[in-house]
Amino acid sequence: MKINSADALESIRRKASKALSVREANKRSGTIAPCGLDTGTPHIQILCCGGTGCKASESAKIVENFHASIQEHGIADKVDVIVTGCFGFCEKGPIVKIMPDNTFYTSVRPADVEEIVTAHIIGGQRVERLLYLDPGNGRHVSDSKHMNFYRKQMRVALRNCGVINPEDITEYIGRYGYRALAQSLKRPSQDVLDDIKASGLRGRGGAGFPTGTKWEIARKFKSDEKYVVCNADEGDPGAFMDRSIMEGDPNSIVEAMTICGYCIEAHHGLIYIRAEYPLAVERLKIAIAQAREYGLLGKNILGSGFDFDIEIRYGAGAFVCGEETALIHSMEGKRGEPTLKPPFPAEAGYMGKPTNVNNVETLANVPVILTRGPEWFSSIGTEKSKGTKVFALAGKINNVGLIEVPMGTTLREIIYDIGGGVKNGKKFKAVQTGGPSGGCLTEKHLDIPIDYESLTAAGSMMGSGGMIVMDEDDCMVSVAKFYLEFTVGESCGKCTPCRIGNKRMLEILTRITEGKGEMGDLDQLQNLASVIKDSALCGLGQTSPNPVLSTLANFRDEYVEHVRAHKCRAKKCKALLTYTIDPQRCKGCSACAKSCPAQAIMGESRKPHVINPYVCIRCGMCTSRCHFGAISVI
Amino acid sequence: MSEMKLSCEAVRQVEEVCDKFNNDPGELIAILHECQSKLGYLPEPVQRIVARKLGIPASKVYGVVTFYSFFTMTPKGKYPISVCLGTACYVRGADKLLEEFKRVLGIDVGQTTPDGKFSLDCLRCVGACGLAPVATIGEKVYGRLNPADIKKIVLEFENRE
Amino acid sequence: MEKKINLSIDKRPVRVAPGTTILDAAASIGIAIPTLCHIDLKGTCVKNNPASCRICVVEVEGRRNLAPSCATVCTEGMVVYTNSARVIRARKTIAELMLSDHPNDCLTCPKCSDCELQRLVMRFNIRQMPFQGGEQSARKKEVTAAITRNMDKCILCRRCESVCNNVQSVGVLGAVRRGFDTTIAPTFDRMFKDTDCTYCGQCVAVCPTGALTERDNTDRLLDDLVDPNKIVIAQPAPAVRVALGEEFGMKPGSIVTGKMVTALKYLGFTKVFDTDFGADLTIMEEGAEILKRLKAFLAGDKTVKLPIMTSCCPAWVNFFEHNYPDLLEYPSSAKSPGQMFGAIAKTWWCEKRSIDPKKVVVVSIMPCLAKKYECERPEFTRDGLPDVDYSISTRELARLIKRANIRFPELPDGEFDTPMGESSGAGAIFGASGGVMEAALRTVYEVYTGKDLPKLEFTEVRGFEGIKEATIDLAGFPLKVCVAHTLSNARILMDKLRKGELDYHVVEVMACPGGCIGGAGQPYHHGHIEVLQARAAAVYREDEGKEIRMSHKNPDIIKLYEDFLGEPLSERSEELLHTHYFNKQIQ
Repeated sequence: MKINSADALESIRRKASKALSVREANKRSGTIAPCGLDTGTPHIQILCCGGTGCKASESAKIVENFHASIQEHGIADKVDVIVTGCFGFCEKGPIVKIMPDNTFYTSVRPADVEEIVTAHIIGGQRVERLLYLDPGNGRHVSDSKHMNFYRKQMRVALRNCGVINPEDITEYIGRYGYRALAQSLKRPSQDVLDDIKASGLRGRGGAGFPTGTKWEIARKFKSDEKYVVCNADEGDPGAFMDRSIMEGDPNSIVEAMTICGYCIEAHHGLIYIRAEYPLAVERLKIAIAQAREYGLLGKNILGSGFDFDIEIRYGAGAFVCGEETALIHSMEGKRGEPTLKPPFPAEAGYMGKPTNVNNVETLANVPVILTRGPEWFSSIGTEKSKGTKVFALAGKINNVGLIEVPMGTTLREIIYDIGGGVKNGKKFKAVQTGGPSGGCLTEKHLDIPIDYESLTAAGSMMGSGGMIVMDEDDCMVSVAKFYLEFTVGESCGKCTPCRIGNKRMLEILTRITEGKGEMGDLDQLQNLASVIKDSALCGLGQTSPNPVLSTLANFRDEYVEHVRAHKCRAKKCKALLTYTIDPQRCKGCSACAKSCPAQAIMGESRKPHVINPYVCIRCGMCTSRCHFGAISVI
Repeated sequence: MSEMKLSCEAVRQVEEVCDKFNNDPGELIAILHECQSKLGYLPEPVQRIVARKLGIPASKVYGVVTFYSFFTMTPKGKYPISVCLGTACYVRGADKLLEEFKRVLGIDVGQTTPDGKFSLDCLRCVGACGLAPVATIGEKVYGRLNPADIKKIVLEFENRE
Repeated sequence: MEKKINLSIDKRPVRVAPGTTILDAAASIGIAIPTLCHIDLKGTCVKNNPASCRICVVEVEGRRNLAPSCATVCTEGMVVYTNSARVIRARKTIAELMLSDHPNDCLTCPKCSDCELQRLVMRFNIRQMPFQGGEQSARKKEVTAAITRNMDKCILCRRCESVCNNVQSVGVLGAVRRGFDTTIAPTFDRMFKDTDCTYCGQCVAVCPTGALTERDNTDRLLDDLVDPNKIVIAQPAPAVRVALGEEFGMKPGSIVTGKMVTALKYLGFTKVFDTDFGADLTIMEEGAEILKRLKAFLAGDKTVKLPIMTSCCPAWVNFFEHNYPDLLEYPSSAKSPGQMFGAIAKTWWCEKRSIDPKKVVVVSIMPCLAKKYECERPEFTRDGLPDVDYSISTRELARLIKRANIRFPELPDGEFDTPMGESSGAGAIFGASGGVMEAALRTVYEVYTGKDLPKLEFTEVRGFEGIKEATIDLAGFPLKVCVAHTLSNARILMDKLRKGELDYHVVEVMACPGGCIGGAGQPYHHGHIEVLQARAAAVYREDEGKEIRMSHKNPDIIKLYEDFLGEPLSERSEELLHTHYFNKQIQ
């Protein structure tokens, strides 16, 4: 069923928007009374999260049970069960949302389905125990827009995630999908490009290069073949925003790539995606197939005469392939080793042809910028960083999940208001942004309005948007070591500073965490880090010392403590711990000695025991077995 | 040359995959993905066939196979276990999970149990940070794991069949 | 007139053509920025420019980080510092990092004093090793017939990989694994002998450190030289005498034939003959084969294999045996000059002198490493005796001379021994790409037409162009010839041949850039094309200085045929001087 004009697209939109109207309820203010078939609601939709996180918690089984249950109750004609993309609140997954009353159920188990159907869907009574419990006032909140987690968010890139069925292109069209494309194809491509430039959109993958300018450069180079590449090789550990967009709103990527193709005069699109994201691959494949079927990809799109099509290329487990030259080599079937820029991909990229590479989140912003206008977009955010940014909030925080906030929101708002503060009432220590290329920020940075420049100035970077919160139990030397282990494992090995330099830094950090460090090691680290930053070949190598540099700058006292006092205040560095038994408290029960895998604990029955520090492997087993709190760790 | 011989069936499969991708060297990674999913791993003879079909030196194929962590030249276990060592999982104790898996299975990272049932690997972020720490067994993601859960989960798979 | 670009380097103004790198711009005003991974043998395809070692980094005003000068193109108004404190510190740290993953057994390293890393260490004034005690890469070691591989010394400059793949299209060496575990290894981490390696040795020729070196035969030779029961015969190849002087500080292109002969005699060789004699013999046999195939072709024989291809180069022979087993009938069956020499020495010469060939040790002195492998080919033996016992490279000869306390530049000129020491100018030019072709043409022309050649020089087939072609008027028959050097150019020709699109009668192939003068056993060129150019020029000077310039006019050759062989392609010639090829494709 090919759509061959903008008008035909509009009529599909109108038809689809009717089906979606039930779901537009969350635009209304105030909490809506629960709806039920018996209480007069004509049609109800059940939205189930089908993201990777919720799927891991049996959301597929939940969907199956809903289907079975509505069949059984004979209400299948009045109730739709819709699998959507990620709602973002992964901490409380699986999420089930009931529409039109906007009820947000959290941590749903397959066994809860029957109760939801009978009590709520039919009876019109919310299942209270499955509602979100506001930790602030201890009350149940039924509507997500009254939850702190969502209150400060602004969903632009994630606008369709958790709303539409990502496997049905008409739902995307119903939410004004492909309208930007239809309108663009009627305009001179330079005008469309100018809108993107005017919006102030910058690359969301890390460095923040202005997207419109990037397109313009690629447009400038003339060639018989050009390529639009979507960088979906989301490799930062702890970042999953791109995955969620692809799983929840794949058509937005297809549409944006086509628009980009129109602007830079390319007819081929390639999505380079991690093989670790099978669900995202599946959804993208469906979206591409449906777009072809509807004539939104392929020859003569919407009767405009413009041709564009998209292929998927797979990564194979190499972080460095997020770097655009490495990504291009990988797509060409080669080792993912970066090459020097210039030439930039815009001049000589995939197969030596002009290539524009954008990250998933960047692309997801494109259609909405064009439908709502560049002025609208540039009114959001800070002076130099426009729009919103998606962050994957994780670590020692109450509300783990995917969030989207206007640029300029502070870290404090994100961590305390949206994130609900540090888990288990512990003390906040640091927040790591930007993944292995970023740095650890502290209390003193919490009130900086987040944008590209401010994060870089603070010694971190935007990166792709991973945000990991750390508490007092995290050792910052170990954290730096963790990131370096990552970098060393993922370094492509091409240039000397990254290949050997990071390895040597890791060895120094390992020495320090083992209590074998010297003060000179800190200078050595500083020197190595600055040389690597200055001389590594690619962007990843150049930023790889950031975790070390930022922890050295912000937590130097912890480093010094490890070196001088052989002490790890977070008690993470095993080699620096000493387990001792308080003879006053020890009852001589031998529980600890029996549990000790190293047989390091000796003592006669009913007499205080002692731990031989030379034999002790610091596994902590004894501490967990002691009923008298006699074993301490220092 | 190669110590091991492939079955005729396997040779045919590999050749078919290459043909499917028009023997295009640009599709090497996709071809290797598909061969690995069909055969479980990419032993030397498979790489030689791919090289011959694509008209590129076998050293290039080998260079690519050894570069990407997803590809393996040794057969994985029937139930491949991967522990996520992404940051979110790390700060929530993934290292302890890994230690426990090693202990329970009696193998190190990158190894397969002698009965061929389990293999153990690390991976970087499956994107289920909300469930940290996580591990995957086959396609299934296990979230919010505790070292204490490991034995039970392994036994569950042990007793399958 | 193209626009020029103005910039400043170390506060000095420079004007360069667009596209010039900072490295080249600096060199043009006498600033030598240190490099390591970079190599550019201009005018040939030998180039490695990954910008990966980062030794050549410089500071560019307004740039956030340092720029690799080897790959950064000059822009208008650029302000560059090659020696600021920031640059010097970075460069030194990078070299220190390399040393931290290097064995540092420099004193006993075969590359000592000729190692580019060692030079940098001296230049950067590194007096201690700040990153010692860390993990060191443990990589493979192997000694093959031709090449010694000790990859612990590899600094991953990737020059060998570039050469093996881009210059030679052999595709054996490549990067394996990643990060700190990256290694440059033969296919599947195997030994060279289990791969398609041709032993061309060009990886050795460009290796900046001691990771890839020649298999050393000098100790074996010294043992033989002092053995009273052995008669040790030297046969130095044409390209050796134009390069050997470099090892003793003489100018590239110095012809040191006489000094080399004297040195060989001082070293204790019983006889110093000449591979150039073998080269003349090759022309006799190969020329006859060319004529035979041509005549058959002209007589309408459709089965005749044309073009006929030269077979002097052992790496080229390995190459087609491994890659083109379906085309083994095209190359000439003539053995290489060195092998022909060996076969004649151990038969005719031994007979003449009533010497037991078992006592004779024929040692070839070659610009080549593949020759070492060639000596070990089982088909090049007679009654279990190898025709040529073993081969040493130009570099090994230089080491022996130094070890024997000989002040080479001061040596008097010596004369080759007879009867296998006389050679023509045609034999001499075997050392340069196009030389075998030119030598063959001189003889083929005269034999075919029965007339004197009006002009001896065939300049169309000389020079560094990768593939050269010419059409020679052979008494009305247009003889189409082609000359290729480097194996990637050979591959182009062979792929065409396989498709039936190669329209030549005679083709010469040499594996090394510039032919044997650029061989892997020669003194290291360290990326200077001028060195190869000077050697090639010297080869042709040597020819011009010869009285006899055509192989079939060499009196010793004439005598050999009269005495022993009869005529070219006679039964005895076929037995001693021709060979056959094997399918060595790896399944």
